Amino acid sequence: MDWEDYIEQKNTLMEWPYPVDYDKIHNVVVDVVVLGGGPAGMMAAISVAKKGLSVAVLDKGNPKRSGGGSGCDHWLNTPNPASHITPEDCAQWEFDSYNGYSNSLSRYIAARESYDTLLEMEQMGAQIRDIHDEFRGAPFRDEKTKFLFCYDYENKFQFRVWGTTFKPAMYHEARRLGVHIFDRVYATSLLTEGGKIGSRVIGATGVNIRTGEFYIFSGKAVINCMSRHQGNWMFSTELTALPYFRPNIVGDGPAILWRAGAESTMIEKVNRMGPPGYQFPTYGTGNPHNTWFPCTIVDADGKEIPWVDANGKIIKDVSERTLPAEGQRFIAERASHPKYQTPHLLRDLPERIRKGEFKLPLYADLTAMPWYERKVIWGLMVGQEGRTRVPILLNYNASGFDPSKDMLQSYYMLGGESYSAIDPNWLVPYFMDPSPGNGGGAITDWNLMSNLPGLFVAGDALFASNYYYHACVTGRYAGRHAVEFAQKVGTPVIDERQVEKERNRIYAPTKVNVEEGMDWKEFRAVCARVMQNYCGELRNEELLKIGLIWLDDLERDVYPKLYGRNPHELLRVLESYNILTCDKIIVHVSLARKASSDVLGFYRQDFPEKDPPNWHKFVTIKMTDDGNVEIGERPIGFWGNLKEEYEAHNRNYRGFLKNQ
Amino acid sequence: MANKKKIYAYPNKITPSKPIIIDPKLCKGCNQCVEICTMDVLLPNPEKGKPPIILYPEECWYGGCCVEECPIPGAIKLNHPMMSKVRFKRKETGEHFRVN
Repeated sequence: MDWEDYIEQKNTLMEWPYPVDYDKIHNVVVDVVVLGGGPAGMMAAISVAKKGLSVAVLDKGNPKRSGGGSGCDHWLNTPNPASHITPEDCAQWEFDSYNGYSNSLSRYIAARESYDTLLEMEQMGAQIRDIHDEFRGAPFRDEKTKFLFCYDYENKFQFRVWGTTFKPAMYHEARRLGVHIFDRVYATSLLTEGGKIGSRVIGATGVNIRTGEFYIFSGKAVINCMSRHQGNWMFSTELTALPYFRPNIVGDGPAILWRAGAESTMIEKVNRMGPPGYQFPTYGTGNPHNTWFPCTIVDADGKEIPWVDANGKIIKDVSERTLPAEGQRFIAERASHPKYQTPHLLRDLPERIRKGEFKLPLYADLTAMPWYERKVIWGLMVGQEGRTRVPILLNYNASGFDPSKDMLQSYYMLGGESYSAIDPNWLVPYFMDPSPGNGGGAITDWNLMSNLPGLFVAGDALFASNYYYHACVTGRYAGRHAVEFAQKVGTPVIDERQVEKERNRIYAPTKVNVEEGMDWKEFRAVCARVMQNYCGELRNEELLKIGLIWLDDLERDVYPKLYGRNPHELLRVLESYNILTCDKIIVHVSLARKASSDVLGFYRQDFPEKDPPNWHKFVTIKMTDDGNVEIGERPIGFWGNLKEEYEAHNRNYRGFLKNQ
Repeated sequence: MANKKKIYAYPNKITPSKPIIIDPKLCKGCNQCVEICTMDVLLPNPEKGKPPIILYPEECWYGGCCVEECPIPGAIKLNHPMMSKVRFKRKETGEHFRVN
């Protein structure tokens, strides 16, 4: 029954089913506050609780499944006993692939402690091995440990896992350890010493998105594990398909950090996504990537699309798709650098299709794959990856799809989706998005602490970050280092004026007259339009400055008209403000970078030269204590010697790689 | 023949409007789907024991957590938007099908 059905049946509007009290204030005092209960946040909280400190996690969803909680199929970049790949290798392939615009600091940390974290996940009850021997004899299986690997069957450093079990395992472990979980409490701001921008972080505020009640969290350290900004260029709630839209991922984290004075970088980077409103269920169409790697693709007449290796050589056998080519040491997912690139479909496939060599539509032909590849793609990968078990595997199976008989259609070149690996740099403003992966975020030291004392950062909140394993490992690591910090500092004193100011801001939309107001969707749509028009594929100073004027207008004149008639609408309004905040940060940084770059998906009409040596650097941005925008820079490689720095900051840590 | 049925004025519905379908005969109104949904698409029915109200269908992320969490098989189903229903072809016979 939906809202209209209810009105028809009951002849009355439906009352908000939760008791609402916008005046109620809860005070929560703990040692460490964790913002966001996704994989990073839960691992951070578990890591703190294991050291005996009190910890609170707040999340606007239910942490049992929030933040990528429905699953994950890959656990990447993990040096382990079956592999010769080192943490240095893991950081290097990303560094090379992104021309240095990579977070080698967090990638190295992640690779160093990934295997330890994976084993810890197993201890919590998650499944990381082929315990039922479903894949006995498969070339990607290590018969001794029963681990399954992916992409590179020779070097075995990227795992296949049963990720639907991960989030519930973390959730139960956190509860067992006494972590205080604040389900449906939405973080709205950081609290700082003396209420000043740029000072030590001593807590956070939140609002319950069902009851509207206010929360003041006080902690000696705060760990931000909320995801990065998304959807700045794209907005559509009509005609949505599975992946869009994602109202829960809007950039609450970066906006909150910005308002407190935290420094971020790579905010100007964009990736190309699919058209909003016209996508298909992710992993639910025929394709050869990621979860579906290395699936055979055929044309309408059953003619196979050839695969080529990084050297451009056509490869004949399915087994060669998962091995390094001549001259390559190893291959890795999404590595665009030829040193590490996986085999892929013909690069000039679009051209060949246009000339008639291959007939549309294309299909993913699992029937043509060896049994173990068919079974691992359709069953493990499609099934364990986020949002695939129910929507794809079970739904498609119930519709009669049989991977041993049927070929799943690809919508490539039919206007629905494309093979991203073929044409990564094709940017269309309303396709642009800071995500997935390697977008902008917070910059930290080797303790994963930001420029604000007491504020730690993990997961996708870190700049140039992505992947489930990276979120879990950095969360666990940030938790450990936040404990060290919390043990050294005094009890914080919350600034009453800062709290009061935030309460006024948060509840203002509940007092707006609806008839004179605007709904949050129209506001989100106009924000996206401003970004498409003035911070789009091709940017210049004039465009960006008009964009800033537009965004300032929206903040000053339009945002105060947004109404929140119940706590859920209030949440969407507050999120809209955060997306506007992120838009402004993006435009400011775009003005500051006076050069173009393919890797960053960043093109200045007035500065067309791509990556000139003097601009091969990170542009940083933060708000100063007087509220001004401060642009800075860091050299590529600012993290120093990875091994030395890591070991200097983790002298007491014991794990799989400690003695290597 | 005169139409006796009352005709009402309606706003247009958002599309898609049915991301999840609840079978009112099977659903016991335990609200476990309400509690697990990361988006608050569902709200508890004001009448206890009745199926939840799908208040924000356009905010569904099609994760299927509600289906996973439901203790009664078949009481709640995930329903892809019609325009996103993918097609497949049986290799041997060449027959065309689509996902439900």
